Amino acid sequence: MSTVDDSPLLRVEDLRVEFPTEDGVVKAVDGITYEVGRGRTLGVVGESGSGKTVTAMTILGLTRAQGGRITGRILFEGRDLLSLDEGELRKVRGNEIAMIFQDPSTALHPLYKVGAQIVEAVRAHRDLSKAAARKRTIELLGLVGIPDPGNRVDDYPHEFSGGMRQRAMIAMALANEPKLLIADEPTTALDVTVQAQILALLERLRGELGMAVMIVTHDLGVVAEMADEIAVMYAGRIVEAAATETLLNSPEHPYTWGLLRSIPKLDGPRVERLEPIPGSPPSLIDPPSGCHFHPRCEYAQPDHARIDPELLPLPDDPAHKVACLLEPKVRRKLWEESV
Amino acid sequence: MTRYIVRRVLWGILLLILVTALMFVLFRILPTGDPARLRAGRNASPKAIAAIRHDLGLDKSLPAQFWIYMKDVFLHFNLGYSYYSNAPVRGLIAERLGATLSLMLGGAAIWLAVGLPVGVLSALRRGSRLDRVSMGTALVFVSAPEYWLGLIALYLFAADIGQVKIFPGAGSYVGLTSDPWKWFTSLLLPWLVLAAGSAAVYARLMRGSLTETMGEDYIRTARAKGLGERRVVLRHGVRSAINPILTILALDIATLLGGAILVEVVFDIHGIGLLAYTAIRHSDLLVVQGTVLLGALFVVVANIVVDIAYAYLDPRVRYS
Repeated sequence: MSTVDDSPLLRVEDLRVEFPTEDGVVKAVDGITYEVGRGRTLGVVGESGSGKTVTAMTILGLTRAQGGRITGRILFEGRDLLSLDEGELRKVRGNEIAMIFQDPSTALHPLYKVGAQIVEAVRAHRDLSKAAARKRTIELLGLVGIPDPGNRVDDYPHEFSGGMRQRAMIAMALANEPKLLIADEPTTALDVTVQAQILALLERLRGELGMAVMIVTHDLGVVAEMADEIAVMYAGRIVEAAATETLLNSPEHPYTWGLLRSIPKLDGPRVERLEPIPGSPPSLIDPPSGCHFHPRCEYAQPDHARIDPELLPLPDDPAHKVACLLEPKVRRKLWEESV
Repeated sequence: MTRYIVRRVLWGILLLILVTALMFVLFRILPTGDPARLRAGRNASPKAIAAIRHDLGLDKSLPAQFWIYMKDVFLHFNLGYSYYSNAPVRGLIAERLGATLSLMLGGAAIWLAVGLPVGVLSALRRGSRLDRVSMGTALVFVSAPEYWLGLIALYLFAADIGQVKIFPGAGSYVGLTSDPWKWFTSLLLPWLVLAAGSAAVYARLMRGSLTETMGEDYIRTARAKGLGERRVVLRHGVRSAINPILTILALDIATLLGGAILVEVVFDIHGIGLLAYTAIRHSDLLVVQGTVLLGALFVVVANIVVDIAYAYLDPRVRYS
């Protein structure tokens, strides 16, 4: 962290996002707090329906249009984004904070040229002539590794491969040199080989441009390499957060254990079976009582259905937080036995 | 692309030949009045009727009549002569196309100008009062038959029979070239009646299409770029949502060019629709065939135009 400015770039405090529906109120995000430091990378990991995408979208105010009820604070450089009106927020979107999405084949407008869509992003925040914006667009396409950008700038999205489309989306996101890039499942819709390229690209650009990155994914493997810190979300809450190294080596939450065990290991025996986490993600309208994970937790005790665990720092590592009702000693023992 | 267009045009011509043949057969199998008898008037002698039948070529065998008709239509663009007035059918149609065209163009302009914005606003504020009122009104106008709406309009607003005499009534149509102002005022009521139902349909189409488009990922991208909502809706949403509507518009226009029968009849506008209506009543078969063929031609052309237009409207569409 920088010595000059110690405040985090982004600090989300007790964020709650609820969507009223016909079946009841969906608590998509249920009181979460986290920080992203300048130039740092935060990985937010969880299954579908854990609230990780809603969290990301809410930072940019994109859940407002969906009628979400939002409380808490989203402090970006000390300014609460939730208190901004639509016009002020628009100046932040795509400018100070940019976002890329899961499926690049649907995220680009099919009827406009790729270049024109990036030009639009540039000109949304900068007073540039069309020619100058086009020049910058070609530079950006080159920066993200599109070959022959001077010609490809006039291609339509369907003339790009999946990987190239995601590169184009990244170019669009970088158009105004954001301080924070939010990447929502940036590699999920791509081929495995392309996934690695896109992650390497994001990693390189983060270094070159000095921006902070928040990667939202269901795949711990994606963030293991890249993230400085990881937050694990379950049913709209953060259940564990720690430095990447710590989280991967000494995870504390049974849900994190499950995530780790469900990743295939290259050095493991071929016959080893992957262990799925039993059950499915809970309903966000009527989540389980007590610890939301207790119905799927093999270590759950009867009173875990009553008591709601808080996200608390570990005594020996305050940067490592976990929301689990098991005794720390018991947890440590269970994890050590299982590996 | 060129090959595609040529193929489409050839198929279109074949389709028109089939339509013509089908019409010819249909109109001669179905019981209609005997054109020669109708032409001859009351109490005509059998001899006079036979003479007329000979003049009209009706005494030839059906296959011979068919061959002559098809040859005339497709080689000489000659649609024959009205049994009723002896006038060439082509001339009758040419004379009346202007009125139908005027009616269609003004009507379409109004229904688009009303229907599309209402549809866009309804899509953006689904469930709001504006949405419910406009969709409710739309339902009323979609359900109201044009002839009924036309009569109500005349009853309320026509200069001759209306309760509030503000618009020229039925039969007041004059050509654009003879008196532009009178042309305009005489068409106002017919335009509104013609547009009412279609505006409602287009509002609903636009609402549905835009609602779907606004849920697309690329709309979220447009917002994430920091574009204003207006630009997001118009440049990103409506641009996509309008494509399927243009297809329907082209076909609607084509159908109307073949005659807006009900509106033309109610307002006594001497267009293609009224021509067809009168011809049907007089068993004036060649005129009926001419107007039906004209309608078929417009529909075929509109289909080809839409397909070609699509290649420009949507870069993903390529014909080969």
